[in-house]
This record gives sequence, C-alpha cells and structure tokens, in this order.
Amino acid sequence: MSNVEHIEKGMPRRHRAEKRFRFFGVAAICSGLLFLGVMFTSIIIKGAGAFSQTVVRLEIAVDPDLVSGADYAGLVKAALRKDFPEVSERGDKLQLYKLVSDGAAHELRRMVVDDPKIVGKTVIVWVPASDDVDMAFKKGLTENRRLSDRQLIWIKTLSGKGRMETKFNAAFFTSGDSREPELAGVATALTGSIFSMVVCLALALPLGVMAAVYLEEFAAKNRWTEFIEVNINNLAAVPSIVFGLLGLAIFLNFFHLPRSAPLVGGMVLALMTLPTIIIAGRSALRAVPPSIREAALSVGASPLQTVFHHTLPLAMPGVMTGAIIGLARALGETAPLLMIGMVAFIVDIPHSLLDPATALPVQVFLWADSPERAFEEKTAAAILVLLVFLLLMNMAAVVLRKKFEIRW
Amino acid sequence: MPTSSCSISSPSDAVDPPRSLKAASPRKKAVERAIIALLFAGSTVAVLTTIGIVVSLVFESVRFFQIIPVTDFLFGLHWSPQTAIRADQVGASGAFGAVPLFVGTLLISAVALTVAAPVGLYSAIYLAEYADPRLRNVIKPALEILAGIPTVVYGFFAIIVVAPLLTQGGEAIGFSVSSESALAAGLVMGVMTIPFVSSITDDAIVAVPLSLKEGALGLGATRSEMIIHVVIPAALPGIAGGMLLAASRVIGETMIVVMAAGLSADLTINPLAAVTTVTVQIVTLLTGDQEFDSAKTLAAFALGLLLFLVTLVLNIAAIKIVKKYREQYE
Repeated sequence: MSNVEHIEKGMPRRHRAEKRFRFFGVAAICSGLLFLGVMFTSIIIKGAGAFSQTVVRLEIAVDPDLVSGADYAGLVKAALRKDFPEVSERGDKLQLYKLVSDGAAHELRRMVVDDPKIVGKTVIVWVPASDDVDMAFKKGLTENRRLSDRQLIWIKTLSGKGRMETKFNAAFFTSGDSREPELAGVATALTGSIFSMVVCLALALPLGVMAAVYLEEFAAKNRWTEFIEVNINNLAAVPSIVFGLLGLAIFLNFFHLPRSAPLVGGMVLALMTLPTIIIAGRSALRAVPPSIREAALSVGASPLQTVFHHTLPLAMPGVMTGAIIGLARALGETAPLLMIGMVAFIVDIPHSLLDPATALPVQVFLWADSPERAFEEKTAAAILVLLVFLLLMNMAAVVLRKKFEIRW
Repeated sequence: MPTSSCSISSPSDAVDPPRSLKAASPRKKAVERAIIALLFAGSTVAVLTTIGIVVSLVFESVRFFQIIPVTDFLFGLHWSPQTAIRADQVGASGAFGAVPLFVGTLLISAVALTVAAPVGLYSAIYLAEYADPRLRNVIKPALEILAGIPTVVYGFFAIIVVAPLLTQGGEAIGFSVSSESALAAGLVMGVMTIPFVSSITDDAIVAVPLSLKEGALGLGATRSEMIIHVVIPAALPGIAGGMLLAASRVIGETMIVVMAAGLSADLTINPLAAVTTVTVQIVTLLTGDQEFDSAKTLAAFALGLLLFLVTLVLNIAAIKIVKKYREQYE
C-alpha cells in the first residue's frame, strides 16, 4: 500500500471526527442559548400574572357604628353577607370572607379618612381579591385545590354579574412587602436598591477614578504599585459573601452603623464595585494616545493639568461604561446584603439612607422562600423588574460606548 | 530689550508675561502635590479593603478557635451548630466539624465544572475557529448574558424548574432525587459559569500564534486535528488558569446554593442527595436574630476565612499560570 492510499483510507474516519467535533461545538452553544431561552420564558410566563390583579366590586354600607369601632373588616364582611344571604353557617361565612383580601379593610379605612362624609352612605368599591381567588380567576377558574367548590360557585356568580375583573396591578409598584401575596409590592425593595446604588456610585466612582488616574498616570513602577495592582485584581475575584462579612465586622460591629440600612449596603457594594471601575478606568486612560499628553505638556501644562484637562475627559466614556457595568453587577448582588441584615420583612418605604430597607434581589430571595403559591408569581415579577433595570443599565453602557468611543 | 514673543497684548504688558505663563508658584505646586497625594490615597482603598477583610476574618476566627480547637473544625465529621436553649440540652455546645461542608462544596463545584468546562470550552472553540464573524458577534454577547444575570434569578430557576424536573425525571427512571439536590444546584451554577470559561478560553485560543495553526493545516491536518493537537496544547496554560478562576468563583458562589441546595450537613458524595456548602452555612449562621459573640456566629467568620484563603490561592495560582504562559509568545 502506498502512502497516498494509506492516507486516503483514513480520510473518511478523519472527516467523521471533524464533523463530530463541529457538532459538539454547535451543541454546546445551543445548550447554553437553550437554557437562557427556557429560563427567560419560564420567568416571564410565571411573572406576567403578577402585573394584573383581580378586583371585586362590593356595595358597602358604611355603618357609623362599625366605623367608630374601627371595624372596617366588619363592613366588608357585612357587604359580602348581603350579597350571599343564603350563607348562614359559621364555616361557610369564613370561606365567604376569604374571597376578598384583608387589604379591602385598609382601603375602606383610607376612603373614610379621606372623605368622612361617606359614613352612613353606601359606597361602591373595587377591592382586591384574596391571593387564591386572584390566581384562580386569572387562570380561568378551572379545578383548584386551594378553593372549595362553594367558593368557586360564588366567584362564578360574582364574575357572571360583571363584579369581578382584572386590572393593572399598580399596587405592585407602590406598596411595600406584605404577608398577603395580593398586597405585596416591590416599592420598599426598589427604593432600597436605588438608595444603595446612589451610595455605591457616590463612593466607588470618585475613588475608582482617583485610583485609576494615580496608578496609570503618576505611580512609579515599583513594588508598592505592583502590590496595589495584585490587590485590585484579587479583590475582583473575592467571593461577594466575604465582602458581606467585612461589612458586618467593620461597618456594623466596629463602627456601629445601623443594621439593614441602605447606607451600609451601598458602602459594601462600593467596595465590591471599586476593582471593576479601577480596571475599566485604567484601560480607558491607557487608550488615550500619548500624543495628547505630550501636546499638553509641551505647551506648559503641569502633569495634573494634563490629566484633568485632557486625558481624563477623553477617557471618561470608558470610565462611565465601566461604572455602569459595575453598578449593574452590584444591583443584582444579594449575598453581602444578607450579611448586613438587609433581609428583614420591611413594609414601610425607606425615606433616608439610614432607614431599614431591603433590595430588589433580596426581595426576590425572600419571596422565593415564602410558602404561599401566589408569591411564586410575585417572585418572578420582581425578577422581571430587576432584569428590566439591568437591561436598561447595560443598554446605557452600550450606547455610551458606541456614541462616545473614540478610535485613535 | 527682550520681549515676550507670544504676547499679543499692548507693549506695556510685554515685560510682564501673562499670568498663566509664569512659572508655577510654590503654593500652586503644593496644591498639586496635595492632589496627587489624594489620588494616591484613593489607590490605597483597595489595599485597605484587603487588610480590612483579613483583619476582621482573622480576628473573629481567632476568637472562634479559642472556643473550638482548630483541628476539631478542620477535621471534624459532624456539623450541627445549633445554639442551646437550655444549658443541659443534648448537644448544647454544638458540633463544628466542617468536613461535611467541604465535601458538599466540592461536590457541587465538581458538578458545576463538569457542566461549565466542556460546554464553555467547546463553545469558545467553535466561536473562535469555526463560526462566521457575523454569527460570532451575535452569539458571543448572547452567551455572555448568562454571566450578567443575578444569581438569585438562577436560584429561583433552580427551585421552580430544574429541581422539580430532576425529581420527576429521577422518579421515572427509578432514582430518588432530593428536592434540594446537589445536582440541581451544581447544574445551574455550571450554566452560570459557561461564559466565564468560554471568554477565558477564547482569549487563550486567540493568543496562539497564527503560524502554529497554519503550520498544522499546511501539513494536512483537518481543522479539528489542528485544534486538538496544536491550538489546545498551546493554549493549555491559559485554559487551566481560566478553569482555576472558574473554580474559585463556583466555590464562593452563594445565592444559588442558599436557594437550591439544602441545609443538611450529611457527609455524602451522592449528587442526588441534599448537601450543604460553606457559603450556605455562613448565610444560615448569620441571618436571623442571635447574639453576636456566640460560637455559632464566630464560626461563620472561620468559614469565611477559609473561603477567602482558598479562593485567594486559586486566584493567585491562576494569575501566575496565565502570566507565565503569556510571556512565551509576546
């Protein structure tokens, strides 16, 4: 057998190996993209429901006696009893009351406080349905283990009369956490996240820029500089939970800053974001051609003037891009916030950096842990809100890079 | 009479150059020096952070090791850090043998890397060597989305989709898969790490000189033979460094395991069972109401110190390997 024959004999096998290899490559990419697709789709499907809410129309006779006793729940119950007079047994009544949310009483109280003249009159109010009714109504009232047959009949009666409908769930964006899934919203978490991000940016951006400018423009190439560089690179890879431990030990236990405060959360996140901003800032500064510096220096600018009047402004788009990407990472970070106590059940929307707060990803974590099925929907919806914010930030970074990037 | 050559103002100014052309006054120089000192101070924050981490972790760990001997912690096989309600309660002192946590962490990390390493490697190779540049420009950022998604989202996905799927699938073929299995947590964590592995592999592959590739192709190798026999061996140190970095990330990952892995500190290497990890225990020990000085909370810092040291060693080793390799070609 000649050499050529020998080689040709092996060719089909080698081509099969080639095809196999390529197939593995395609399969690897497809599996990654498939996972991404399935994840997004399932979260969107789960979460979409939380943006609408089932409401029930009740004709409530605002009885002055009950109002003076602050028994607003009693008013709601009376209205329900009037709608279904045939319900007389105690157990059945309890089931009936469970159709509407506890939030109905709060809403009624707010109405009376706003307009005391309605006392003694009959008012028509749309009140939120309870979580189980909400879930069942949105899914089209099929077989449901969480509702009794009797409750299903009542719901069908009400919706048959046009007294039940779904509307956009604005409360999801305006109210804080709640034990009742139908009343829970992301406002507390969102405010906490925004506060933390403001603190994080206010600390990390100036410090990051300062460090980047020093290391890139002024630092002598010596052991100390090298040590700082090693530190920065290593900090970028330290597990986030370790930053949480640092925050707990130093900020809370040593400096006695308040637990659960967005201020501390922002400080911890700033320390985490700092390496990202420094690394991005340095590469942006390095990309500015030396001719710019030389030109400035040659007309008599001091080194500091050169940097602050010429180099840094030209590098700013790159710095900002790095800052936004770092901030986006910090926004999704959960573990360090758990360590500093931003994981409590908090209803009130924080008004200052020292008020107890949670953050959006922490809220996701808390709701994912809740046993009520309706919280699954809320969790997915909170994730969607979080992802929208991340998307906006990343888009801003891309736009910034595209628009202001200078190719030398 | 010498006049300022650049002056375009009236002759009376000619002997006195404009203020901006004067040599910087001592005061201005002092200000500049102060600003540079300030910039320097900014650059030391990273060092201060590292010092802060080390000091706080070591300080609390030393207090922990005064209560629990180091050897009991590192080699003990039993972990049950409950706090005593009554002094005479059984196991009131708690047991702080961390071996089950190490095994659990390694098990989940192994599952994660088993997913991330081949998938990341193959996708990077395909994108670098086979894919059309236009396709590459679409798929690469798409895969990188995986790295940008917050880990709580992965955790949630693991609970609501992956874990039930595995439990049902396991039932169908006769395995009992725990609802909080190491497999579910590891799988999801692996997917999260794919872009991490693939971007480092990509860097390493791109750095292989064209002449090596052309040499292999010129000798009649097929593309895959060229990749397997020339590109990968040449890029191996870079890839290995990337794997170490991926390992350090996986070990330190918290939210996915807190949500999807369990709390039961059983010593097992069965990926279908529930295991717990170092990070899960840190979170469990430190959330909720408790006194700060108990062995329970101090134990979290000891675990944190260990985690920090292990990831530090992995990171430094990875950076060293990558650097050493780079010197070969540049």
